[in-house]
Amino acid sequence: MANRPIKVALIGNPNTGKTLLFNQLTGLNQKVGNYPGVTVDKKEGISKLSGTQSAIIIDLPGTYSINPTSIDETIVLKTLLKKDIKESPDVILVLADVENLKRNLLLFSQIKDLEIPTVLAINMVDQMQKKGISIFLSVLEKELNTEVILISAKRNEGIKEVKEAIIRCHVAAKASPLCGINHKIDPDYFAKLKEISPSHSLYELWLMITQNNFPETVTSEEKEDLLAFKKDISKLKKYQHKETIYRYQEINKILKKTYIVDKSKASDLQSKLDKIFTHKIFGYFFFFLILLVIFQSIFDWALLPMDLIDGFFAQLSELAKASFPEGVFTDLLTEGIIPGIGGVIIFIPQIAILFLFIAILEETGYMSRVVFLMDKIMRRFGMNGKSIIPLISGTACAIPAIMATRTISNWKERLITILVVPFTTCSARLPVYAILIALIIPDTKIFGFLNLQGLVLLSLYTLGFGMAIFAAYILHKILDINSKSFFVIEMPNYKLPSLKNVFFEMVEKTKAFVFGAGKIILALSIVLWFLASNGSSEYKNAAEIVSKMEVNRGISSEEMDKRIASFKLENSYIGMLGKSIEPSIKPLGFDWKIGIALITSFAAREVFVGTLATIYSVEANDDDVTTIKQKMASEVNLETGEKRFNFPVGMSLLIFYAFAMQCMATLAIVKKETKTWKWPMIQLIGMGVLAYISSLITYQILS
Amino acid sequence: MSTIATLQIGEIGYISEESLDFIPLKLLEMGCLPGAEVQLLQIAPLKDPLYICVNGSHLAIRVETAEQIKVLKIE
Repeated sequence: MANRPIKVALIGNPNTGKTLLFNQLTGLNQKVGNYPGVTVDKKEGISKLSGTQSAIIIDLPGTYSINPTSIDETIVLKTLLKKDIKESPDVILVLADVENLKRNLLLFSQIKDLEIPTVLAINMVDQMQKKGISIFLSVLEKELNTEVILISAKRNEGIKEVKEAIIRCHVAAKASPLCGINHKIDPDYFAKLKEISPSHSLYELWLMITQNNFPETVTSEEKEDLLAFKKDISKLKKYQHKETIYRYQEINKILKKTYIVDKSKASDLQSKLDKIFTHKIFGYFFFFLILLVIFQSIFDWALLPMDLIDGFFAQLSELAKASFPEGVFTDLLTEGIIPGIGGVIIFIPQIAILFLFIAILEETGYMSRVVFLMDKIMRRFGMNGKSIIPLISGTACAIPAIMATRTISNWKERLITILVVPFTTCSARLPVYAILIALIIPDTKIFGFLNLQGLVLLSLYTLGFGMAIFAAYILHKILDINSKSFFVIEMPNYKLPSLKNVFFEMVEKTKAFVFGAGKIILALSIVLWFLASNGSSEYKNAAEIVSKMEVNRGISSEEMDKRIASFKLENSYIGMLGKSIEPSIKPLGFDWKIGIALITSFAAREVFVGTLATIYSVEANDDDVTTIKQKMASEVNLETGEKRFNFPVGMSLLIFYAFAMQCMATLAIVKKETKTWKWPMIQLIGMGVLAYISSLITYQILS
Repeated sequence: MSTIATLQIGEIGYISEESLDFIPLKLLEMGCLPGAEVQLLQIAPLKDPLYICVNGSHLAIRVETAEQIKVLKIE
């Protein structure tokens, strides 16, 4: 008979190879959920420990201690304090890195004091010889009063032993505090604290008052008593400092007996590489070189799969149209749902490639060096060295980029980063840029080798990034948020990335994007489809009205169908909407048709092209860019008799798309991360006004 | 009195006891303790942040924090 699965919380410092161990333990058998109320990913996986025993492994965010300074770390605290509730872990698996054992044991000592059964795994033992480290395992186990397993997650060594230890630890269910913080700091004070609630460990109570985090297991009377302890904040702070020092003293005592480093044997690759990567000239040089490679790959490698996906969904629509009976359902499927899903899937190649690179840069430890190089520069604009990662990610998609700001502990710096990320040129803008540039910029080379169209595209990227920086500077000056926190980042040792891990990371994050953003894009495309395929009485009687029109006499039935379709759109709800905003966008050079495309772009920017394709009644099933482009090129402005997409209109549109906040999914994620609609609304209006004014100026000057 | 911010690259100091109140808890937890050996490894191109090695941890901190942490130098 199979036993009830053991709940294991996997916890450790950042850069200890925790994700890799998690992947080794669970294989592909994992799922990502959300913690209630925050968008921090909750990773869980099933691990087969033995023939009859399995475990649910919860991968907690990396942290240096239980005292949290960021949202990610708060999750760790909350999970660990949930004693006696369904979600509380049975066993805690602490992962430490052999090279930084001392610092890693601080977290371990805190966890031990929670009095939950604990196993300690020490990772990267394959490095021990190279670093001149030796460990006396049996003494260490005795001193820590815990089973200790030496592993190498990278080489898949020691994983079986970890599984066995988890079972043993669960069966023994033995838990004892390691340090017992009370004795040395202030015995009376802590004795009184413990008296409040015998059912909680002293350290748990201490965490509750210092972190102001009271789980449901605390009664209201107990909570009141605990709150009384909180009054003397300066005392709490002082005792926290003392506690940490005391813990380190204990750890040092233990390590003296059990852990020896022969420095003469240690190789010093880290300092050699750091001399290059953090060099004041070469450092930046390498960084820009890496950026160049990343962007090159996003555009080169992703091109082919994106074309294939595009073609696949077009064919799928066609197939569905042919194989289902005509009707509302089929229309919904072929014009709403399938293109909606296609609109999400098409970004997967670019996003996956970007995540691949980011995973590699983080795995190798290089990302910390970039943060180090960029911190001072970014700070001038009210951001943080860590903001550079979201700003790079933003070129694929703003959603994962905004989620990546969580590592920034200073609220003001994080908020500014969130607010300006949507200015960076995300991949949804690319199809819009591509078609507009093709329409208004001649395909010529300057100086014989620089493609003029490519150059314009590059300047749009620069414009987006420049505006992000500029907006950050303005926000930095006007936002009156006093958020005091300090900056520290670990500079981990350089490591060769594990291919398996990098691949997992890429798949995970891409999945998160597809399901997160995908839902909203899909829902909105269905709404848009509805608005475009329903309308007033003119809409319903379109066929009759159009065929009776004088101008339409004697045209082919094919041409007639197209004119009916155009007329229908004009009188659909969305057409009416477009017409109603026409007066306000006319000064920018746009007509109501472009107005519709602007409205539909709110679901996702790239919908612009598809909407125009529908509006200009391009033959169904034939939606490759050349036909849409030809159609757009031949569209005439009835008032002037000129081409509709002439240079001033094209430029005005490009500027509009560069600055406007046209993305529901991003607004939703900003709301989730900032916990209020205030900031997404500021983004929407601020960026909208900026886009409008910039487009107005562009059009008025050029025309 | 010297602080971490006044160290030269490669120079080693010991964090003084009196700095305790000025060291943020987070930094303490990462190993930056009174009495610990601290070495300045690198200064970022724009003079900030500083890259230090303390108690075996490789960390980058800003100058404003480093200025608060006094060190004793052993000649």
